[in-house]
Amino acid sequence: MNEDDLDRNRRHFLTIATAVTGLAGAGLAAIPFISSLKPSARAQALGAPVEVPIGSLQPGEMIRVLWRGKLVFVLRRTKGMLSLLQNHDDVLRDPESKVVEQQPPYAANATRSVKPEYLVVEGSCTHLGCAPLEDFPVRPAEEWDGGFFCPCHGSKFDLAGRVYKGVPAPTNLRVPPHRFVRDDLVLIGQDSGAA
Amino acid sequence: MSRIEAEVGKPQGGFMKWIDDRFPYTETMKAHITEYYASKNFNIWYIFGVLATVVLVIQLVTGIFLTMNYKPSAVEAFASVEYIMRDVEWGWLIRYMHSTGASFFFIVVYLHMFRAMLYGSYKKPRELIWILGMLIFLVLMAEAFAGYLLPWGQMSYWGAQVIISLFGAIPWIGDALVEIIRGDYSISDVTLNRFFALHVIALPLALVALVFVHIVALHHVGSNNPDGIEIKKLKDADGVPLDGVAFHPYHTSKDLVGIIVFLMIFSGVVFFAPDMGGYFLEHANFEPANLTATPEHIAPVWYFTPFYAILRAVPDKLWGFILFGLSVVLPLFLPWLDRSRVKSIRYRGWIYKSALSIFVVTFVVLGWLGTMPADPMYVLAARIFSVIYFAFFLLMPYYTAIDKTKPVPERVVYHA
Amino acid sequence: MHNMNRIKKLAAVVASAACFIAVEASAAGGGVALEPANVDRDNINSLQRGAANFMNYCSGCHSAEYVRFKTIGKDLDLPEKMLIDNLMFNAEKTFEVIQVSMPPKDSARWFGKTPPDLSLMARAKGVDYVYNFLKGFYIDKDSPTGVDNVVLAGTSMPHVLWELQGYQSANFSEHHNDDGSVTVSFDGFEQRVAGKMDSEDYDEFVRDTVNFLAYMAEPIRSDRRKLGVWVLMFLTFFFIIARMLKKQIWKDVK
Repeated sequence: MNEDDLDRNRRHFLTIATAVTGLAGAGLAAIPFISSLKPSARAQALGAPVEVPIGSLQPGEMIRVLWRGKLVFVLRRTKGMLSLLQNHDDVLRDPESKVVEQQPPYAANATRSVKPEYLVVEGSCTHLGCAPLEDFPVRPAEEWDGGFFCPCHGSKFDLAGRVYKGVPAPTNLRVPPHRFVRDDLVLIGQDSGAA
Repeated sequence: MSRIEAEVGKPQGGFMKWIDDRFPYTETMKAHITEYYASKNFNIWYIFGVLATVVLVIQLVTGIFLTMNYKPSAVEAFASVEYIMRDVEWGWLIRYMHSTGASFFFIVVYLHMFRAMLYGSYKKPRELIWILGMLIFLVLMAEAFAGYLLPWGQMSYWGAQVIISLFGAIPWIGDALVEIIRGDYSISDVTLNRFFALHVIALPLALVALVFVHIVALHHVGSNNPDGIEIKKLKDADGVPLDGVAFHPYHTSKDLVGIIVFLMIFSGVVFFAPDMGGYFLEHANFEPANLTATPEHIAPVWYFTPFYAILRAVPDKLWGFILFGLSVVLPLFLPWLDRSRVKSIRYRGWIYKSALSIFVVTFVVLGWLGTMPADPMYVLAARIFSVIYFAFFLLMPYYTAIDKTKPVPERVVYHA
Repeated sequence: MHNMNRIKKLAAVVASAACFIAVEASAAGGGVALEPANVDRDNINSLQRGAANFMNYCSGCHSAEYVRFKTIGKDLDLPEKMLIDNLMFNAEKTFEVIQVSMPPKDSARWFGKTPPDLSLMARAKGVDYVYNFLKGFYIDKDSPTGVDNVVLAGTSMPHVLWELQGYQSANFSEHHNDDGSVTVSFDGFEQRVAGKMDSEDYDEFVRDTVNFLAYMAEPIRSDRRKLGVWVLMFLTFFFIIARMLKKQIWKDVK
């Protein structure tokens, strides 16, 4: 190789090295800016777990609470409601709660709950996030055992928040992390130990 | 394949041709980047234009991200800045970059302007570039002033109080004007809200537009150089100036080194001294605005202090305002005040060299006096230096005309 | 090259003027001469002691409404258990900020004004100021709190730390100037009632507390300095490569 070639190689190498270093620098500099878009310490504080007293909740009653600004339903199911859950697995898309993201492991059971009586689900349709309406009366003619109905695009969920077949919503309603601090107090947003 | 298909369906000359038929991409890149020729003998003074652009980009980007978390209301503004500093992930870095960037903007712009005075860059045919530059400087001052109110600290509030009150000195319309600026009977939530609007959209828009025009004008006439020689006069057979080198890759590779050095200094301040001893972030501004108590010692941020010192040196409100305004605007007339036959200080006589040196010292001393309390000794000094400041400009037509100049060479001075 | 020298001279003039300014600026500053606090802001033990001092003696009346317990725990190497047991007395949650237990209305009635929030106090006033303020209470029979302060005359804050420091009186002397005016100067303290601590221990106590106040004013300080070193190292590397490339490219310019 003559001197010109050496020069050209050296220049080529340095150009690439500079470009790579510059791009790496720009990429690193972008990290703080993108990270700043995440929920802040205040948002995290405001999104702390919420305690919901359920002592006065009667069978068949439901209350709406907000956790992290998200709507959560707490429904105390009657014996009759619970028995209805076993009747219609064939019309459900995911009767056995196989989609793991939709509930914590302790709610991946037949009633999708920690205590069979109490259903805790996010009131956010898994289609596009509308808040489903409660529709509890049983109407055999419509093959409807009661549950939740989304007014936006007609998705239907049963009394365990399980989605029906043939509706736009792809998955069951999400069960948020929660635990029972006492029999009459449920903590939504946290399942184990830490304060 | 039919002839029509061959002609219509297939782009002729590929993707770039398709673009260039619709947008002058290649042409623009050639005119402004790869075939824009600037003198090969640029020295360190020629980095500050590029650096001003770098700071502008830093301010725009960090500003957008700050706007996402800042609350322009008297009740929430101060707390929202602390929210950014503490609760927003990396918010402190973005905020320090913005506050440091404000000061660095003025540092590089002042040095950029000084470069023009060193090498006569405002002289024919670059008068318009200089005027556009001065307009940028004025908008930048307004931008910095509006931005300084936003944290709603003690200095924000009382600094704005003092400067807005200045306009009250204008006869007849003064009081009405002050109310129109504030939108209230005192500086209030309303004022904060409109300053926010000016700071985040109106003035930056004007700034970016003016910078664009400034660069278009520069590229039309071509860059000056430390010898003040028009390199376009001597070209080779291809029409390339003999003393010019292409902006890319020559000046880009050189500017990159300068930009990195600048970023090192900038990072040094951001990471190790964001307060800069109270000059970049004033201590009193860590207290929320208190409408019932002025801080003991109130001074504008350092970049306004030379002009503020002139304002304070005048014992009359109206004349103080007039001379303050004049001191800011006078440099605009440099292209016509300077009667020298040569551009660069290299070929000027001792008179201009002395005058410029004295001017630099005067400007720095005025800046320092502006930060000091208004003691009689300081006021006296401010008066003396204010006179020198104005004399530099007003006597310029005289002393530049009689100054003995040296012959300017044909080619630029360059040592590889 | 003659011209280059000129420019260098000019730069030298500018630089020396700048130095002059820096020196003058640091010399300026009015009021009582402040004794330097000499806090060691990287000393975790001092900060931990300061945090305990703050929570025990200050937080009853003063909030720090921008500071979250969680952040303190993380920055001061305090595990959650220790944080809750030693610093959090009011059943707060760790993600909460330091609120004052006393309602502002009551404190305004008792002290004449609401005690200020201390999140940013050390940054607004400077560590030396706060250090001297906490050491500067002296007996003043005419004051409703029984004390005044050499740093902030007429302060409405009582001498909260009297148990530790005891009570001291201040000596002032009057100088009659030629023009008939009188200048009062502060000559020093005299211990009147002994406290639980001797003066060295008390200084150390105040120093730790002020150190913690300085930490609260800018919790990110130590992180930003650590990151700054990495940023400068990266830029130095970038500078070396970019400069080599520049030299290579400019090789053929004669």
